[in-house]
Amino acid sequence: MGVNFDPLYIFELLPRIIRYIPITLLMAVLAMILAIAVGLMIALARNSKNRLLSAGAAVYISFFRAIPMLVQLFLIYYGLPQLFPVFTKMDAVTAAIIGFGFKQAAFLAEIFRAAFHSVDKGQMEASLTVGMTKVQAYRRIILPQAARNALPGTGNIFISLIKETSLAFTLGVVEIFAEAKMQAAESFRFFEAYLAVALIYWLLIIVYSYLQQKLENVLDRPYRS
Amino acid sequence: MIKVTNLRKRFGDLVVLNGIDFEVKDGEVLTIIGPSGSGKSTLIRCLNFLERPDAGVIEIGGVRVDAEKCTNRDIRRLRLQTAMVFQNYNLFRNKTALQNVTEALVVVKKMPKKEAEELGMELLRQVGLEDKRDNYPATLSGGQQQRVSIARALALRPHAILLDEPTSSLDPELVSEVLQTIKKLAEMDTTMIIVTHEMDFARDVSDHVIFMADGNIVEQGPPSEVLDHPRHERTKQFLRSFHANRKR
Ligand SMILES: Nc1ncnc2c1ncn2[C@@H]1O[C@H](COP(=O)(O)OP(=O)(O)OP(=O)(O)O)[C@@H](O)[C@H]1O
Ligand SMILES: [Mg+2]
Repeated sequence: MGVNFDPLYIFELLPRIIRYIPITLLMAVLAMILAIAVGLMIALARNSKNRLLSAGAAVYISFFRAIPMLVQLFLIYYGLPQLFPVFTKMDAVTAAIIGFGFKQAAFLAEIFRAAFHSVDKGQMEASLTVGMTKVQAYRRIILPQAARNALPGTGNIFISLIKETSLAFTLGVVEIFAEAKMQAAESFRFFEAYLAVALIYWLLIIVYSYLQQKLENVLDRPYRS
Repeated sequence: MIKVTNLRKRFGDLVVLNGIDFEVKDGEVLTIIGPSGSGKSTLIRCLNFLERPDAGVIEIGGVRVDAEKCTNRDIRRLRLQTAMVFQNYNLFRNKTALQNVTEALVVVKKMPKKEAEELGMELLRQVGLEDKRDNYPATLSGGQQQRVSIARALALRPHAILLDEPTSSLDPELVSEVLQTIKKLAEMDTTMIIVTHEMDFARDVSDHVIFMADGNIVEQGPPSEVLDHPRHERTKQFLRSFHANRKR
């Protein structure tokens, strides 16, 4: 008997695992939307002249950057219901999305803050001198330029998120990794199963990176000389 | 009319504007000259509250603001009386030339887009850049960017235009196209306050010249006096060093 490896089994597994891509992507995309919304608020709070807001944002960033993802997921899914019974009704997918979203918001906040800083101060001044309010200036002039600066870093966060969704299996969510795990346990073909799921993550991230590149090309257009 | 009374500004311990008073009548051009660090930019930036003055009264086109007691609304009303042309243009980098001109018309004045674009094109034509309407700032030369920024400044029909060293960032061969544009405005009786180091230009377009040093107005008057027959030693010295530098 040679090496115990059955490449054909991988092809058998792939379609089974692929069926769970939607739940993986659903978690990643919803968590990303949550992270962008929260991260933007934290970034603006961190940059605010209001000391309390800025300090609060700093604490948020420090806390969520420090605690391991698993600990946070457990805290939300198993811990919160103990304090607030309403959370007993929360399903595992929701808990995972909240956990991923709030954590990545901390990282995004730092990326957004740097992106805002890299927009020249003169852009705000010019906006104010033509009579715009600060809010108008942020929305129409500063934010679009910051978004382009933030895109590469934000893309990396999304890639992390896609990979991180594999942790949701610890809450009982069946996504691509959980499915691979179950297939492995059934067939005892661990290597093939985990290789199959690894290939799927790889593929997802290749496709995403391609899309991001396209988007970067579009957003870069105004700035190319 | 612009009337500034007892304008004061300090950065920490450094007194940058030490009680400035002056007036500009409608249609006049005021030029401010003076050595580096004398407070020229700070003065012009206080007029639209990019820097907040510590004290003083600023009155532009009927809007009167006392720096010591004014609300954000007062500040915005004052800002709408002027437009600014910056040394490094500060065009909106995410907007085309035409959008740079129409942006405030649409967002601030709530003008319908089509009307704003017609006016925008007219202004681009006025600065000779109608064929650049869809260019982003990154694809324009410095001189072209500055001309777009002048068109942008004109769009809101401000009471006055403030220009802080509008040609200082430009390559020498691009300076004259911008000065020509500004001169055309002066001929159309646009009220302007210009900080510049271009003495020949100042002599050419100004109705009034202020020489500043260390946060004070040392001398002011028509260009024929201040630039050609200065009375104060400080002014003479500045103009001498200026001409000496230029010959080198
Ligand atoms: N935001 C600021 N904080 C602290 N000091 C400042 C600030 N802005 C300007 N200054 C100081 O105020 C003084 C006047 O500066 P200002 O820019 O008004 O001079 P200027 O006459 O425009 O000079 P230049 O010809 O070099 O442009 C300088 O000493 C400068 O260092
Ligand atoms: Mg200056």
